[in-house]
Amino acid sequence: MYLIRRLWRRLTSMRTAIVLLFLLALAAVPGSLLPQRPLNPSKVDAYIAGHGAWGRFLDRIGAYDVFGSFWFSAIYLLLFASLIGCLIPRIAVYARALRAKPIKAPRHLDRLAENATLSTALAPADAARRAAADLRPRWRTAVREEAGATTVSAEKGYSREAGNLIFHISLLAALILVAIGKLYSYQGSIVSVEGTSFCNRPISYDTFHSGRLVDTGRLANFCIDDLNSFTASYRADGSPQQFRADVTYSTGVNGPAKRDTITVNHPLRTEGDRVYLISHGYAPTVTVTRPGQAPITDTEAFLGEDQNFTSEGAFSFPGADDKLGSDLGLSGVFAPTAQITAGVVTSVAPTVKDPVLALLAYTGTLNPTGQPQSVYSLNAAAISSGKLKQVAAKNLALGQTMTLPDGTTVRFDGYKQWASLQVSHDPTQVYLLIAAVLMVAGLLGSLAVRRRRLWLRITPGSDQQGTGRSLVAVGGLARSDTGNFSAEFAAVVERLAAALDSTGGPPEVAAASPEPLGAGRD
Amino acid sequence: MAINTGLASLSEGLWTAATGTYMLAVVAYTGEYAFGRNGRIAGTAAAVKHVVNAGATVKQPALVGAGAPIDPPPAPAGPYGAGIVTKRDSDAGRRWGRIAVLLTVLGALLHLACVAIRGIAVDRVPWGNMYEFTLVVGLVATLAWLITLNRMPQLRYLGLFVMMPVLVVMFLAGTLYTKASKLVPALQSYWLAIHVSSVAVAEGILLTSAALTAMYLVRIRFEKGNLRRLTTLGARLPSAASLDKAAYRTVAFAFPIYTAGVIFGAIWAEAAWGRYWGWDPKETWAFIAWVIYAMYLHARATAGWRGRQAAFINLLGFGAMTFNFFVVNIVISGLHSYAGLN
Repeated sequence: MYLIRRLWRRLTSMRTAIVLLFLLALAAVPGSLLPQRPLNPSKVDAYIAGHGAWGRFLDRIGAYDVFGSFWFSAIYLLLFASLIGCLIPRIAVYARALRAKPIKAPRHLDRLAENATLSTALAPADAARRAAADLRPRWRTAVREEAGATTVSAEKGYSREAGNLIFHISLLAALILVAIGKLYSYQGSIVSVEGTSFCNRPISYDTFHSGRLVDTGRLANFCIDDLNSFTASYRADGSPQQFRADVTYSTGVNGPAKRDTITVNHPLRTEGDRVYLISHGYAPTVTVTRPGQAPITDTEAFLGEDQNFTSEGAFSFPGADDKLGSDLGLSGVFAPTAQITAGVVTSVAPTVKDPVLALLAYTGTLNPTGQPQSVYSLNAAAISSGKLKQVAAKNLALGQTMTLPDGTTVRFDGYKQWASLQVSHDPTQVYLLIAAVLMVAGLLGSLAVRRRRLWLRITPGSDQQGTGRSLVAVGGLARSDTGNFSAEFAAVVERLAAALDSTGGPPEVAAASPEPLGAGRD
Repeated sequence: MAINTGLASLSEGLWTAATGTYMLAVVAYTGEYAFGRNGRIAGTAAAVKHVVNAGATVKQPALVGAGAPIDPPPAPAGPYGAGIVTKRDSDAGRRWGRIAVLLTVLGALLHLACVAIRGIAVDRVPWGNMYEFTLVVGLVATLAWLITLNRMPQLRYLGLFVMMPVLVVMFLAGTLYTKASKLVPALQSYWLAIHVSSVAVAEGILLTSAALTAMYLVRIRFEKGNLRRLTTLGARLPSAASLDKAAYRTVAFAFPIYTAGVIFGAIWAEAAWGRYWGWDPKETWAFIAWVIYAMYLHARATAGWRGRQAAFINLLGFGAMTFNFFVVNIVISGLHSYAGLN
C-alpha cells in the first residue's frame, strides 16, 4: 500500500509530468521521419524491403505506426494518469480557496517587496471598512481586528488557477473525445465519374474504414444521386485555379434532391457526414464491337501520372463464358493535350485541347487466378506468362478506330472527368472544437491573470506626532511573475490614499521605504 | 485578377532596400554596443563589485547596477583617465544607438511596404509560400523589437542581438525566393489568413524568446564567475534574472497564440483534407514543438528545473519549430508542401 502510494505520488509529480512530456515529444519524432502505414502503406513496404533486418525490426516494434504503437500509447496514458492525479487534488484545493478568506496580514508589512505607509483622519475600523469597499470590485477582502490594529487582507487573480484547471480539464476532455471519435468515425472514398451515383454504404466505396463501434449496416442515409459535372480551371501559366464538383444529392429515405458544389476547401456537409473532393482525372470512353455482336461502350477512370494529366488506365471486356481465352483487355495512356514523340504519347497541358488515347490491345485471360486486381491496369502476371497476348497497338485521336486481327473494332468515343470523393463521419468533432476553444481560453487565463496579495494594517494615531491621524501600513506580494507589480502596487496605493482621505485635502503619503535589494524589477 | 508584375518587382526591390537598411542598422547597433555606456560601465562596475565582494569597500549604492545594468548607475569613481574615456564613449554610443533605431524604423517601413506590395501584386494575403512567410516572420520580429524599444528604451544596446537574427531571416528569405504567383486551390481559404498569420506571429515572438534565452545562458555563466572567452560577453548583458523573466514572458505571450494557430490549422485541415488531425509531418512537428514549450512552462514552475534546464528546453522548442519550418517543408514530403520551391 505504501509502495503504491509512493508510486502514485511520484507519477503525479510535476517532474514526472515534465519527463513524460519530453518522452511524448521524443516518441513522436519517428512518426515524421519514417514512412507511416496509416498515411502511406506502399512507402512502408518499400522501406522494409530496402532495409532488410533493420526494416523488419522497426516493423516489429511498431515504428511504422508510431501513433498507434503500444509505447506511444503507454506514454500518453501515463501522462493522462499523471494529469488526473495532479488535477483532482488541485480542484479540491481551489474549491477550498474559493471559499476561504484571504489570509491574515503578516506581522511586518514593511518587509514585503512592495510596501508603503499612508495616514488617514479616519478611525482604524472605519478606514478598514472604507479601504475594503474600495478594493472589493477587483479584490477579495477580509477585515480582521488585531490587538491595537485593524487589518485588511485582499487577494485577487483567482481566475489564474481557474484558467489553469479549465485548460487541463479541457485537454483531458479533448483526448477522451479523440478516442471516442476513433471508435465512432468512418471514412469511405470513391472514384466517381461524371454522371454516376453512389449511396453511403460500405459496399459502395473503393476503400472504407470504420471505428469499432460503427454499425456499418446503419450508416447515415444519403446518396450522391449524380455527379453532374466536374470542372477544373487553370490560369494562363498552367497552374490550377479551382476544382469544383457539382453534385445532386439527397438525404433520408425519400429526401428531396438538392444541388451543391464541392470545392477543395468546401466539403458538402450533410447531417453528420462530409463529402470532400480529394482528386480528379479523366475517364476516356471506348466502344468495342466484336464481329457479329452488339457494340459495348465503357468509360474507365484513368489515373493522372503528372501535372498535365498524362493518365494511365485499362478497360476489361470479358469474353463469352463458354469460350476460355476470349477476353479482351485494353491498356491505355490518355493525354488531354497530346504530344507524340517517337510514338510515345505525353500530355503537355492539363486541359483538353487535342485528346489522344494510346491503346495496347491484349487477348487471352484477363484474370487467370481470380484474385482481386487493380482496375487501373491489366494483370502484369498474365501478360508476362503469356496468358494475355498483345495483338495490336495504336494512338487514337477522338473518333478514330483501331481494328484487331480478329476483326474487333475499338473506337475512342470521348472522355468524361472523374472526381475522387471522400465521405467522412465523426460525431465528436463539434465537442472537440468546444474543448479546444476552452483550452485556449483556459491558457489565456492561466498565463495572463496575475495573482496578487495586499494587506493593510491600520493603527490609531499616536499623540507623539500630534496629528491624531491613523497610520496605514500597506504591503503587497506578487504571487505570479508576470507584469510590473511595482507600478501596479503604486497605483493601488494612490487609490487607497484617495479613498481614505476624508478631509478632501491631499492625502499625506509618508515616505515609501526604498526598494529592498533583490526585489523583482520589471 | 492577373499578377501585377510591375508591383511584384517593386516588392523585390524593396526586399533589397530593407535588407540593406537592416544591414546598416546592425552596423550601427554594433557601434553602440562597442562604444556604448552600458557595456563599458557595466563592465567596470562588475569589476569593482568583485573587489567589494572581496571586502575592500562596503558602501557603494551604484554597484547594484552590476546586477541590473539595464538601468546603469553613474560611472563609479575611477581613475581620472578612465572616467574621461567612458564619457566620450558614452556620447559616441548614444549617437550610434540613435542612428541604429532610425535605420531599424526605416528598414521596417521598407519591409512592411515589401510585404504589403507583394500582397497587392498577387491579390491575396502575402504569406502563401516559404519566401513570403519568412518575410512576414522577420517583419513580426522587427516590429516586436520596435515595440519593446518604445516601452523599454534602455534595452536599445541589445539591438545587435535582435537585428542580427532578423538580418539572417532576411537573407534566408532571399534564398527561398519564389516568383510572385497565385495560390493553388488548396490554399484558397480565409484560413490561410488566420492560421498562417497566427503561427507567424507566434514564431516571431518565440524567436525573440530564443534570443533572450541564449543571452541568459551566456549571462548566467558569467554571473557564476565563469570568465572564459565567450562568457565575458555576459558583462554587457542584462541580469540573468531579468533575461529569464523576459524569456518566460515572451513564451507565456506566444504559447496561447501558437496553440490557437495549431487549432486553426486543425479546423482548416478538417475542411480541406477531411480530418482535423492526421499526423502529417507538419502536424507531428507542430505537436512536438507544442509539447516542448508546454514542458518549458511546467519546468519553470518546478524546483530543480528552473534556470538553465528550462532555458535549454526553450531552445529545444525553438529548434523543433525551426526544424518544422525548414526540414519538414523542404526535405520531408507531406500535405503541407507549399514551399513553392520545386
